[in-house]
Amino acid sequence: MKPMKPSARTSEYLAKGMIWAAAMSVMIVLVAIIVYILIKGLPVLNFSFLTQNPYNMGRSGGIASTIVGTLYITLVAILIAVPFGIGTAFYLAEYTRENIITRIIRFSAESLAGIPSIIYGLFGFIFFVIYLGMGWSILAGGLTLAFMVLPTIIRTSEEAIRAVPQIYREASYSLGATKWQTIIKTVFPSAIQGIVNGIILSVGRCIAETAAVIFTAGSVLSMPFSLFDSTRTMAVHFYILASEGVSMENAYGTAALLIILIFVVNVGVNLLVSRFINKNQKR
Amino acid sequence: MEENIKIEIKDFSFLYHKKQVIHNLNLKIHKNEITSFFGPANGGVTTLLRSLNRLFELNHDTHTKGDILIDGKSIFDPDSSVTELRRKVGMVFEIPAPLPISIFDNVAYGPRLKKKKSKSEINDVVEQALKQAALWDDVKDRLKAPAMSLSGGQQQRLCIARVLALQPEVIMLDRACSGLDPISTAKIEESLFQLKEEFTIVIAPHNVQQAIRISDRAAFMLMGHLIEAGTSDEVFGSPKDQRTNDYITGRFG
Repeated sequence: MKPMKPSARTSEYLAKGMIWAAAMSVMIVLVAIIVYILIKGLPVLNFSFLTQNPYNMGRSGGIASTIVGTLYITLVAILIAVPFGIGTAFYLAEYTRENIITRIIRFSAESLAGIPSIIYGLFGFIFFVIYLGMGWSILAGGLTLAFMVLPTIIRTSEEAIRAVPQIYREASYSLGATKWQTIIKTVFPSAIQGIVNGIILSVGRCIAETAAVIFTAGSVLSMPFSLFDSTRTMAVHFYILASEGVSMENAYGTAALLIILIFVVNVGVNLLVSRFINKNQKR
Repeated sequence: MEENIKIEIKDFSFLYHKKQVIHNLNLKIHKNEITSFFGPANGGVTTLLRSLNRLFELNHDTHTKGDILIDGKSIFDPDSSVTELRRKVGMVFEIPAPLPISIFDNVAYGPRLKKKKSKSEINDVVEQALKQAALWDDVKDRLKAPAMSLSGGQQQRLCIARVLALQPEVIMLDRACSGLDPISTAKIEESLFQLKEEFTIVIAPHNVQQAIRISDRAAFMLMGHLIEAGTSDEVFGSPKDQRTNDYITGRFG
């Protein structure tokens, strides 16, 4: 007896259906999570929740200091990671041929990308907090997160740079540009979209990180004023509120704001970039 | 006639990955003429053009022997500047290669690389270059539009304008019309006839017919060897070498 074999047409429909189902279930799960958190959290969000500092361990008051702490740490991490990340990416993509050194750099970056964030936290705690004597601080937290997102930025930037058509480089050189001029005036603007995508991804990871931050920035609830103050980020706040059963309402409020913040960063940066690109490079 | 020599290629050989792609080439290229290098693929023509402005240096594992002189000076002289050479010897590629910026910025790309020029100077250079390339009337109202929005023929003329804005001495076109329709090609060829009054033009035509149409002098290259060179009448009218004759009559290629 021959095994049943569906006709080409049936298998076509089957494949289409399965792929559609996969995409739909992912979307449903995603939307469900976001909607659930927004339903639970949005009622808590109001002006005083956003502007008041938490008190009574976060049982009452708002989350103003944690918003500031989150933005502060993320800013420090991104400001440090972006120049080094993009610099490394340009070195790998434009300044060297494949050799043992580039392989070591790429292998290191890839290994770093696979390390759990709590290991970064531990390293940051031992190195920045204790050894360099920074204490629990925004600086120590920001530096740790910078290390954590560096591989992401290097990899996405390198890919974006490599995706720039070689003919652009040749055109630029043939017009008498030096290597540096070619990179600044042609390669970088062409790669910016991909590079920015990597940065947005990193911003999201910084905002959402808990483990690495608790170890390095602490969890002080007061408003931070300098780089050397300890702080508590929104994600950490949420974690403590929820895990210690302090206040589920406020935890959901914080979570909702986290989601909104990441959404705003994503959309905002993308708008900015597409505007920049529209000006010049739209095909 | 000697004073009319712009480029002198002397016993020039080119190796790529240890494979020789140009063999001991000797040729003089004359000022204010269109010289075409033609022949079947892999003949070494593109490599030769990329040697004249040292663009091959972007590739690894290349090696040259012999010399190329422009106005009697070696382009490989370690004291000479390669960026200056590339401004002097402009190149138009086979695929139209406008940069993903505006029409104006494409033409201004070269002039802006060198020292500070005022806005009005740049504007003048761009306008003149676009006029010389016969593109000004097409684009004068939308200089800020992306270069990618132009048609293929316009893009290629933009690339010519971009080279002209460098105020070069030599213009090279590497099969620049191969992807264009006959009308666009005719426009570019017409421009070339006017441009040769002022410049030295070196072209890799995309077929023999174009070589016959536009060349003052022609050089037939086959597998890295220069088979025959001379005036257009000599090469196309009464080729001395059987292989040249076979190629231009379409017996192989």
